[in-house]
Amino acid sequence: MATTRNSKKQRSAAATNGDKPHVPQVSPEQLLELYRKMVLVRYFEEACQTAFRQGKVGGYLHVYIGQEAIATGLLATIQPDDRVITAYRDHAHVLLLGSDPKAVMAELYGKGTGLVKGKGGSMHLFDVEHKFWGGYGIVGGHIPLGVGMAYAQRYLPDNTGITQLYLGDGAIHNGAFHEGANLAGLWGREGLNPCLFVLENNQYGMGTSIERATANTDLISKFDSYAIPRESVDGMDIEAVYEAAVRLTERVRETGSPFALEAMTYRIAPHGAADFLEKYRSKDEVREARKRDPIGLTETKLLDRDIVSEDEITKIRQEYQQLAADAVKFAEESPEPPLEELLTDVYAEPEAVG
Amino acid sequence: MPVITYREAIKSAMAEEMERDDRVVVMGEDIGLYGGTHLVTDGLLDRFGPKRVMDTPIAEGGFTGAAIGMAMAGMRPIVEMMTWNFSFQAADQIIQNAAKIRYFSGGQASVPLVIRGPNGGGVQLSAQHTHSLEGFYGHFPGLKVVAPATPYDAHGMMIEAIRDPDPVLILEAGALYGTKGDVPEEEYTVPFGKSRIAREGTDITLIGYGRQVNLLLKTAEKLASNEGVDAEVIDLRSIRPFDTETIVDSVKKTNRAVVIEEQWRWFSVASEVAAHLQEHAFDYLDAPVERVSGAEVPAPYARNLEIAAFPGEDDIIDAVNRVLYRRS
Ligand SMILES: Cc1ncc(C[n+]2csc(CCOP(=O)(O)OP(=O)(O)O)c2C)c(N)n1
Ligand SMILES: [Mg+2]
Repeated sequence: MATTRNSKKQRSAAATNGDKPHVPQVSPEQLLELYRKMVLVRYFEEACQTAFRQGKVGGYLHVYIGQEAIATGLLATIQPDDRVITAYRDHAHVLLLGSDPKAVMAELYGKGTGLVKGKGGSMHLFDVEHKFWGGYGIVGGHIPLGVGMAYAQRYLPDNTGITQLYLGDGAIHNGAFHEGANLAGLWGREGLNPCLFVLENNQYGMGTSIERATANTDLISKFDSYAIPRESVDGMDIEAVYEAAVRLTERVRETGSPFALEAMTYRIAPHGAADFLEKYRSKDEVREARKRDPIGLTETKLLDRDIVSEDEITKIRQEYQQLAADAVKFAEESPEPPLEELLTDVYAEPEAVG
Repeated sequence: MPVITYREAIKSAMAEEMERDDRVVVMGEDIGLYGGTHLVTDGLLDRFGPKRVMDTPIAEGGFTGAAIGMAMAGMRPIVEMMTWNFSFQAADQIIQNAAKIRYFSGGQASVPLVIRGPNGGGVQLSAQHTHSLEGFYGHFPGLKVVAPATPYDAHGMMIEAIRDPDPVLILEAGALYGTKGDVPEEEYTVPFGKSRIAREGTDITLIGYGRQVNLLLKTAEKLASNEGVDAEVIDLRSIRPFDTETIVDSVKKTNRAVVIEEQWRWFSVASEVAAHLQEHAFDYLDAPVERVSGAEVPAPYARNLEIAAFPGEDDIIDAVNRVLYRRS
């Protein structure tokens, strides 16, 4: 894992260089726990990217490298009745919700022990037991689903859950977003839409930067049209994300009304693991963004505050590297799905058409 | 004759028409700066500029609708669907507007629009990214639907489509972009509604389109050397308009037919072919027409399941043997 971490000297220089002073609302233990989760995601993503390049994982593979702080901070607030839904960049979400990394990796390998029995692959992870409702491949397509799930959470008796609905900056130009957000605003007026929209603004939808996709580049302001209150947060700063997550999930839970949080981030990895041509952005830009790698930033905080030592950091990294390696081993050794699985799960009744 | 790829053949056709006719523009996601996710439009932005080569946001319904408006107003837009899987978001525009405007305007308005892009499966893209939509779009009167299998056809059909006064959907096979073939330098078009005999034979007619044509040709060689069966292979090329004559003439000669497709069998192209044969060649058929199609399930991800879901050589050989009453 290559993350940028500044030397202690550079760090103190940066601290006096007008960096926003952090409000340490996150306890040292919490920060360490959040850090561990981000490291879990990072090593998992690196491992599956390697497997993809070795031809062991097929289809499309979209990793979350650089964006870890967002889902990590937000999903640390999850409550029993909550639901989570996102698009295809979904490995982190399901892992953070508690799915077994072995089953997730096996899914990417298309094995019968996979999270969805090898039927969905990277883009269609699903784990209802852990509150993860997918895993969707069509940009924008899942957004109305999240709004509907939020409605159900206040329609059904004795449910205090909320829905965390994740979307990318590219998805916000899609009709499905506008139709879904409008409904959320409308139903939210009656307290019937506890939906927290999380806009993962990583600056690009595939090769298209924000200003090449819209004339109103203040993306989160699009929620204003639907009377959904909103704010933006530094998505590279785990403390900032976590603080916003605690406050906003509480608000949505209490009011039953939607809220939109934009997490400013950067897609350090290529769009998909198969994409090498990056004519649309410069190497310098990516290099610059790496300096704000959320994991590197968190390590700096942990060290500066003497929460952990360098040695402990190394140990934590090794622990999760091993965990990812174990997941790979499990996936490699798992059997393919039995051929009978081809025809199951089409309908509730097993009789197949044709 | 220059040998170029299927990808180059499509690109050169668009570029040639753009040179000849400045009403022609291209639009779609990541087709300009990025060069297209399958690089079919690579270089066009530099050559023709951003007014004619437009990168769009991820808004298939919006930009396809806008292209229909441009076409009605006298332009000749070409829309790239990054893949046809995303065309469902534009299906309302394609089906409700593009297909019907000539009719419900009493012939006053027309929609000279081309929509093109890859479809088909085979690379583990799973349920939402694996469709063969020839039958689906072929269902709607007002649309023309073609599926070129060779660089020659891809080039000639692209030019034909741009010049066509009605909406034409070109369902390219993603798997074919890198395949090579002869494409003449001289200007030519491939008319719609005319199928092609890809291999002559006497014992049985094998019918397909798109990337299945290559599979059929390969299987026909195997049938010839291993089973002593001389198969005729027909590349449908055009789904709508449909060429009944070529398949009927072939079956009059061979008396047997197998139709192959990657899409689901129910309400499909193969079903349509079988219906045409029983209507027009009933007295010549020595066996029921067999359809070899995809399994009736959303596309699975796992490699072994995906292979099982799509027709392969063995499935074709089995069907041929059944139609020839050789084995059960
Ligand atoms: C309707 C639709 N059109 C196009 C695509 C192809 N595609 C997949 S991801 C993507 C970019 C999405 O960008 P964004 O929403 O910002 O998410 P990110 O990949 O940055 O996480 C595109 C165009 C698709 N999957 N669905
Ligand atoms: Mg994005």
